[in-house]
Amino acid sequence: MANQQLNSRNPRVDLEYRRRKSAEEMRYQVVSFSLMIFLTLVAFAAVAIKGFTAWFTAPFIVLLAFVQVIFQLYYFMHMSHKGHEAPSLFLYFGLFFALVMALAFMTIIWW
Amino acid sequence: MSTLTQKKGFGATIWDFLTTVDHKKIAILYLLAGGFFFIVGGIEAVLIRMQLAVPNNDFVSAGTFNEIITMHGTTMIFLAAMPILLGFMNAVMPLQIGARDVAFPFVNALGFWLFFFGGVFLNLSWFLGGAPDAGWTSYASLAIHSKGHGVDFYVLGLQISGLGTLIGGINFLVTIINMRAPGMTYMRMPLFSWTTFVASALILFAFPPLTVGLTLMMFDRMFGSNFFVVANGGNTVIWEHLFWIFGHPEVYILILPAFGIFSEIFSTFSRKRLFGYSSMVFATVLIGFLGFMVWAHHMFTTGLGPVANAIFAVATMAIAVPTGIKIFNWLFTMWGGSVKFTTPMYWAFAFIPSFVMGGVTGVMLGTAPADYQYHDSYFVVAHFHYVIVGGVVFGIFAATHYWWPKMFGTMLNETLGKITFWLFFVGFHLTFFIQHFLGLWGMPRRVFTFLPGQGYETSNMISSIGALFMSLGVIVLLINVVMTSVKNVKVGNDPWEDGRTLEWTIPSPPPFYNFKQLPLVRGLDPLWLEKTAGKKGMTPAEPLGDIHMPNSSFIPFMISFGLFFAAFGVLYNGEKSWAVPVIIIGLLITFGSMLVRSVKDDHGFHIHKEELMDENDKGVKA
Ligand code: HEM
Ligand SMILES: [Cu+2]
Repeated sequence: MANQQLNSRNPRVDLEYRRRKSAEEMRYQVVSFSLMIFLTLVAFAAVAIKGFTAWFTAPFIVLLAFVQVIFQLYYFMHMSHKGHEAPSLFLYFGLFFALVMALAFMTIIWW
Repeated sequence: MSTLTQKKGFGATIWDFLTTVDHKKIAILYLLAGGFFFIVGGIEAVLIRMQLAVPNNDFVSAGTFNEIITMHGTTMIFLAAMPILLGFMNAVMPLQIGARDVAFPFVNALGFWLFFFGGVFLNLSWFLGGAPDAGWTSYASLAIHSKGHGVDFYVLGLQISGLGTLIGGINFLVTIINMRAPGMTYMRMPLFSWTTFVASALILFAFPPLTVGLTLMMFDRMFGSNFFVVANGGNTVIWEHLFWIFGHPEVYILILPAFGIFSEIFSTFSRKRLFGYSSMVFATVLIGFLGFMVWAHHMFTTGLGPVANAIFAVATMAIAVPTGIKIFNWLFTMWGGSVKFTTPMYWAFAFIPSFVMGGVTGVMLGTAPADYQYHDSYFVVAHFHYVIVGGVVFGIFAATHYWWPKMFGTMLNETLGKITFWLFFVGFHLTFFIQHFLGLWGMPRRVFTFLPGQGYETSNMISSIGALFMSLGVIVLLINVVMTSVKNVKVGNDPWEDGRTLEWTIPSPPPFYNFKQLPLVRGLDPLWLEKTAGKKGMTPAEPLGDIHMPNSSFIPFMISFGLFFAAFGVLYNGEKSWAVPVIIIGLLITFGSMLVRSVKDDHGFHIHKEELMDENDKGVKA
């Protein structure tokens, strides 16, 4: 992990600590990975099962997609770690500007 | 270094610049290319004013006039102002934050060559059947119907050079986030580095909409799609939105670095800490943010409806608040300082009233109902020249004089500098002040001539005379540059003697590794702090050690050249039989070069501690 700075040049110093940290990290990864597979199955199911209208399935799938993006960014791309403040700041600003533009295109462009 | 370059032959020097990845040399390339395009755009401006000097003039035809104004605007914004500012950012920002280079030196070179080839491609239109003629805004309703290949040159040229600007901006962001010297916290960064940071963020978010717009336009014009073709269900207003979502942030990409330049100059030559440093940083960020919320003020008259117009009008006027904060901070910086009137300070001093006038007309234009009167008149032309020339171009002149000694190791002549200033300053107000009134009297912008007897004659004549003065000012600057380079009187680390920031702690021009040892930064204006503590230079933050440097590379040139080559094929697609092969060969060159870059390991080289020590012994320090 390039972001974990060691205070000492001796790599063995907090070996124990880092081992525990990595194990914990691994657990999060596995849990979120299984959750993501589960959510994907739910999304497929929502479409496959008869009886739901499109008015339910469409927003539902979008919601699931949103949750997946959060998982992806925070657990797989390590945005939850320290040292990722700048990338997340830029991500959120980019998202915000894009949404403002989308809103404008939907409301004030006449045909 | 200097002895090294002197020994090198002409060819070797050229090859050195073609392959360099050193931010200081790339800065010089940006200044050379940007300066060249500035002169080209300036000549176009003079032609415009010659045509408009007298009524019913037939110096150029209406069609040629449209090409000239289009190329004047496009060249000045994309190929002159922005590259010159990127040049200063390259030259100064890594030094100011105490870095040995930018984060991605290779990408830095690639950014320059993309800009350069895009600019050359755009200007080749003059020789290949006519330049673009739909205005620098290239509104789709005009551009789609423009005959010939002019607009195609615009689309492809800007696409290529825009790519260069985008990767340049990303490079600066990464550099500032990751490569600040020990102790250089965000809130100790000089204002020019801060404005570089915010302007780069604006580049990051503003250029993609332009890329999208240009791509849609490319498909409409060259591949038969209908995004903007009303007859087939397209919509030209979409182009206007895309263009201005980019275009308004673009004007802040230009002015923010200029604000940074002036902040450095005010505090250096008032010999005082910048007044309200943290509020300056806050205002810079706020301007950057609000810059994205106001684009529709260019489109009040397209019929957005009263609600949208009102929202965008209020958002537009809100920008005047952080701008006002900055103006007052500059005034308070000078207040009580021991002000030294050097050439850069002349420009900075004159900038305040000039820019404020542009800001005031901006707020007038931002008043949506009033804009129905001003829109597309000379009033708008006066507004944006007051902010762009009075702000950005003054900033470029100021920076040229201020950082010339750091970049080239020689001092521009102060007397000639002041002559340049007076000629340009007088010429600027002579040209553009009267245009406010021309607009209010009803003269529309972008007309190739006007009739006698409507009361426009004298004012247009005055305006054209002003352009003459500005040209003389630029010529005096060029003479100054030549004379200074021929005399070649070298200066030391801190030629202005009042330097406050890290760039003044190292030799002029700096060695290619910038800092032998990274400096330890103890606060805002680090050099000034050390000076007041009675020291001569910075305390090093690290022991002398090996320095890792990147190797030069010709690949950035080849990647950019491939795109340039392919663009000709795209332009003549469906017209010439060689078009498709040319596209394929061009893209092969580009992607082949990228492949070479990816598979060939290039670990750079090390400057060894011993070599650095040798230089030390030669007697700079004990
Ligand atoms: C207080 C700040 C500012 C305000 C409120 C403002 C407002 C406006 C408005 C409302 C227009 C549209 C006028 C029209 O077409 O009817 C305009 C045009 C323009 N402004 Fe500003 N502006 C401000 C600062 C700036 C700055 C700092 C720059 C550049 C450095 C700039 C560059 C331009 C340009 C280039 C245009 C004309 C674009 C074109 O139609 O070709 N403005 N401004
Ligand atoms: Cu604007």
